[in-house]
Amino acid sequence: MSEAQLKNTGTERSRSLEEIFEQRIANDEKIEPKDWMPEKYRKTHIRQISQHAHSEIVGMLPEGNWITRAPSLRRKVALLAKVQDEAGHGLYLYSACETLGISRDELYDQLHSGKAKYSSIFNYPTVTWADMGAIGWLVDGAAIINQVPLCNTSYGPYARAMIRVCKEESFHQRQGFEIMMSLCNGTEVQKQMAQDALNRWWWPSLMMLGPTDSESVHTEQSMKWKLKRKTNDELRQQFIDQTVPQADILGLTIPDPDLKWNEETGHYDFGEIDWEEFWQVVKGHGPCNKERMNARVGAWERGTWVRDAAMAYAEKQQDKKVNSAKAV
Amino acid sequence: MKTNLYNYILELADNCLIAGQRLGELCGHGPSLETDIACTNISLDLFGQTRSYFQYAADIKGGDASEDSIAFLRYERQYKNVLLVEQPNRDFAYTIARQYLFDVFHLLLLEKLQFSQDMILSAIAKKSIKEASYHVRFTGDWIKRLGDGTEESHAKMQEAIDGLWTYTNELFEVTEEAKILAEEGIAVNVSTLKDLYYEKVSALLTEATLTVPENKYFQKGGKSGIHTEHMGYLLADMQYMQRAYPNMKW
Ligand SMILES: [Fe+2]
Ligand SMILES: [Fe+2]
Repeated sequence: MSEAQLKNTGTERSRSLEEIFEQRIANDEKIEPKDWMPEKYRKTHIRQISQHAHSEIVGMLPEGNWITRAPSLRRKVALLAKVQDEAGHGLYLYSACETLGISRDELYDQLHSGKAKYSSIFNYPTVTWADMGAIGWLVDGAAIINQVPLCNTSYGPYARAMIRVCKEESFHQRQGFEIMMSLCNGTEVQKQMAQDALNRWWWPSLMMLGPTDSESVHTEQSMKWKLKRKTNDELRQQFIDQTVPQADILGLTIPDPDLKWNEETGHYDFGEIDWEEFWQVVKGHGPCNKERMNARVGAWERGTWVRDAAMAYAEKQQDKKVNSAKAV
Repeated sequence: MKTNLYNYILELADNCLIAGQRLGELCGHGPSLETDIACTNISLDLFGQTRSYFQYAADIKGGDASEDSIAFLRYERQYKNVLLVEQPNRDFAYTIARQYLFDVFHLLLLEKLQFSQDMILSAIAKKSIKEASYHVRFTGDWIKRLGDGTEESHAKMQEAIDGLWTYTNELFEVTEEAKILAEEGIAVNVSTLKDLYYEKVSALLTEATLTVPENKYFQKGGKSGIHTEHMGYLLADMQYMQRAYPNMKW
């Protein structure tokens, strides 16, 4: 066979593999780590799953900020448990990502060097206790809208991780709403605190669902692989439609003068999102980008000697085992 | 009001509250996700125990006392935790050493407290034993890893143990109310736990290739409300919301 012929059958073979692969996804079959997959599929999934994992662990920081100051023991325990859940989500997702042939250390490296992104919402500061309510209610709420469709995504380990994650996220959302409810049933000062938190978190939460469809680069491919089932704008609309009645129950006002029920479309119309702010935060210039990265990198660097020690100790134990086995 | 019992409950609970608060500071900032999750677990257990004790104390106190008024609205001089548990998280070695030196004591205490004539204290102790045995296993394992890990970790762990050793003896100081209640079979006479405690700790430190400190100069004061300078800052954080927004429900 000539070289050209060899090359030809090579591409033909991978084309047919790719066809089979796409067919499997179309048939709603799950792709598992050992299955053949196109390089682009692998890369896209590493990018998305790791971005998701990073968001979980960076997301621990804004809420972690209030653990020592929670206003009651019950709230303190609930907040601690919530932040711990997010750490757990990070773990499942890093593990899912590792099945694609990348190590957790490499993934951390990408986060710490700024190469990998995480959800930009976590670059906003938590300045009052009410932010714990608003984050649970809105941010976990938006996360659920983003993530529920992923429970049926094509990559098996990701889909399974999302099923566990989503269960806990809906619990977080109820907990956040309940914090808001307590504030709204409280004193004037507490109501103001709740309204102020909604004012500050509303727009960032809408932005969290991603750039508007015309600006979104990955959508089409992601749809095919079921990494996405609805567009960002559809998800955003769903989030707004779901959240406005909840704000009504709380007696809070959504900070958007253009927000209005549209009888014809059966959806809420809403005002212009400040995309300039979104891109500013995404590019690293939000209110807390530096603090969040410093906290993550700092924890990692301060932990180096600890991780080294654990490794050294494990090796020593292993050697001891081997030696005692030899002695026998 | 049963003043002795009330004070004794605070003596038990404040250790859990303050140790839990210190661990809570680290959530999200630990050396790995796994240690973060484990330390948060310990913190959650300790806060759970605190709540059981304080709910009981609030019942005894009556009026509008609640677990939160007891946790958040006392003055520094009224907190009865030992000095050990309020020591700051200087580094991971200090955190682990502090928690371990408390955990060994805590488990010994609970193993006795489960036989208290006071049914509620006995029930809390029974429920907490399982948790405390997990805690001591976790922190003990880390003492071994860090003590017998690298040269650097060994030095850091030794420094932490040396630094915190001075606070261990206070654990066995018997307060007036504990003495009275111990005679009634309600409280544990902690002085009886001392030998076994130092035996267990010394054995583990030795296994971890660490030197058992010979320091015999000890600090105390926590049980009578005289704390180290760290305590005020811890309380300022912990009490912030209750102080800034008094009489509100959250
Ligand atoms: Fe999460
Ligand atoms: Fe969550």
